[in-house]
Amino acid sequence: MLIRTPADILPSEITPQAHYEGRRRFMAQAGSIALASAIPGGPALAGSLGPLARNPFSTQEEPTSRKAITTYNNFYELGTDKSDPAENTHRLKPNPWTLRIEGLVNKPRSFGMDELMKIAPLEERIYRMRCVEGWSMVIPWVGIPLATLLKQVDPQGSAKYVEFISHYDKATMTRGVLDWPYNEGLRLDEARHPLTLLAVGLYGDTLPIQNGAPVRLVVPWKYGFKGAKSLVTIRLTEKQPLTAWMKAGPSEYGFYSNVNPEVDHPRWSQATERRIGEFGKRKTLMFNGYGEQVASMYSGMDLRRFF
Amino acid sequence: MTPTSRQITGLKLALFALCLSPAALLLRDLQLDQLGANPIEALTRASGEWTLRFLLITLAVTPLRKYSGLHWILRFRRMLGLFAFAYGAMHLTTYVWLDQFFDWQAIVRDIYKRPFITVGFAALVIMTPLALTSNSFAIRKLGGRRWQALHRAIYPISLLGCLHFWWLVKKDITAPLIYTLITVALLGLRAWWREQERRKQLAGGYLPKQSFNGKIIRIVAK
Repeated sequence: MLIRTPADILPSEITPQAHYEGRRRFMAQAGSIALASAIPGGPALAGSLGPLARNPFSTQEEPTSRKAITTYNNFYELGTDKSDPAENTHRLKPNPWTLRIEGLVNKPRSFGMDELMKIAPLEERIYRMRCVEGWSMVIPWVGIPLATLLKQVDPQGSAKYVEFISHYDKATMTRGVLDWPYNEGLRLDEARHPLTLLAVGLYGDTLPIQNGAPVRLVVPWKYGFKGAKSLVTIRLTEKQPLTAWMKAGPSEYGFYSNVNPEVDHPRWSQATERRIGEFGKRKTLMFNGYGEQVASMYSGMDLRRFF
Repeated sequence: MTPTSRQITGLKLALFALCLSPAALLLRDLQLDQLGANPIEALTRASGEWTLRFLLITLAVTPLRKYSGLHWILRFRRMLGLFAFAYGAMHLTTYVWLDQFFDWQAIVRDIYKRPFITVGFAALVIMTPLALTSNSFAIRKLGGRRWQALHRAIYPISLLGCLHFWWLVKKDITAPLIYTLITVALLGLRAWWREQERRKQLAGGYLPKQSFNGKIIRIVAK
């Protein structure tokens, strides 16, 4: 006998906190916009990134609460339990910070955070985030498209891939578990895709340390671990980079790691996910629901083989 | 010093409350929304770890008794074993109800396809007859020897529990490694006792007590 799970409960019925957070966010934004227009050229609110450009890629779904986004993190350098990163923020100093873009580019250079945040207007991007472990969130990121940064350094014709390397300090951060520093990789066309974001903020404020301060990668159609945190180097290469998770478990983590409900992790199913803050599970969408934008990049590819 | 049976009863009541407290604290935290952003995961993880802890505590009773000479602590073993089963049942309930919401198709698929769920489920299935025979009536019915043989299933159960934990973690195996080392130590001790016994027999220094043959040996207190 087949007993169907009941239809998803309306988020509005079970996430009053999100509503509450949403209203607060609206008021804070309205306040910051009012203040910014009242004091022309004046400083933005403390810790606030000021008025942000909206983007059509943003989802209309209710964002996950700020509390959940900032206390439930996978950031192994700061500890392997979900609650560890928020408790170990002292282990990472995001100021001063330099991000170096190098490799197969005609104009390699380093960016300070101030310079980086000025190469394009900061945008709010509310994206779904699907973790490979089977849970998901809706996160209001603030950032710039990675493509604008890549344009600045003028990639050479031979560049095919982009490698992202995270900060690692052996003295203060987790030893063992993964081969440090953490690194990730994208194909150049994936890196240039307008959805791919270099995030510097969250909920209108600068990025909290546990979320990958001061600058991290966000690739919403791939599993969360592709979004390398606290970036220090972006390197353009001809060969496909070998990522930290590929080294840790080649049969479990592939280079592409596109969200795909039909290709299970060898040890658990990827067909469903639990949205943090919700009770029931929901079906996982192909490419995390961004298929319309990204599916064409993978046409003709066997996604079981290139998982 | 051996406690009187009144004192044992008092100690049993205290132990019962103590064993129940992790569940009580979990339910309180759940109610106060103190279990973090993913309470269902936290509940599943905690009930699973308490199952494993109670299995190891139960396995520790015999060595503790042997080395401390406190023979009466054996009288708490049944309760400890039953708590292991109770936390295991809570773990399964969390998974079936809160995690999968009675999606039997998904549950059956999980048990069939995911090795870590297969071994965890197997451990709980094997635990069930042990819990059902945890009474004096069953011991009489089965006979001491057969009862004991059945209850030795706790050895593979605890190993399956460790494997279940090991296979589910993504990369940081610290916690399952600690449980496994303790399990291996507790089981290794028994293997070592057996080996000692065997050598004693080979050396001819051991005379089996014929008078026990065919009789029921009472191994659980009245």
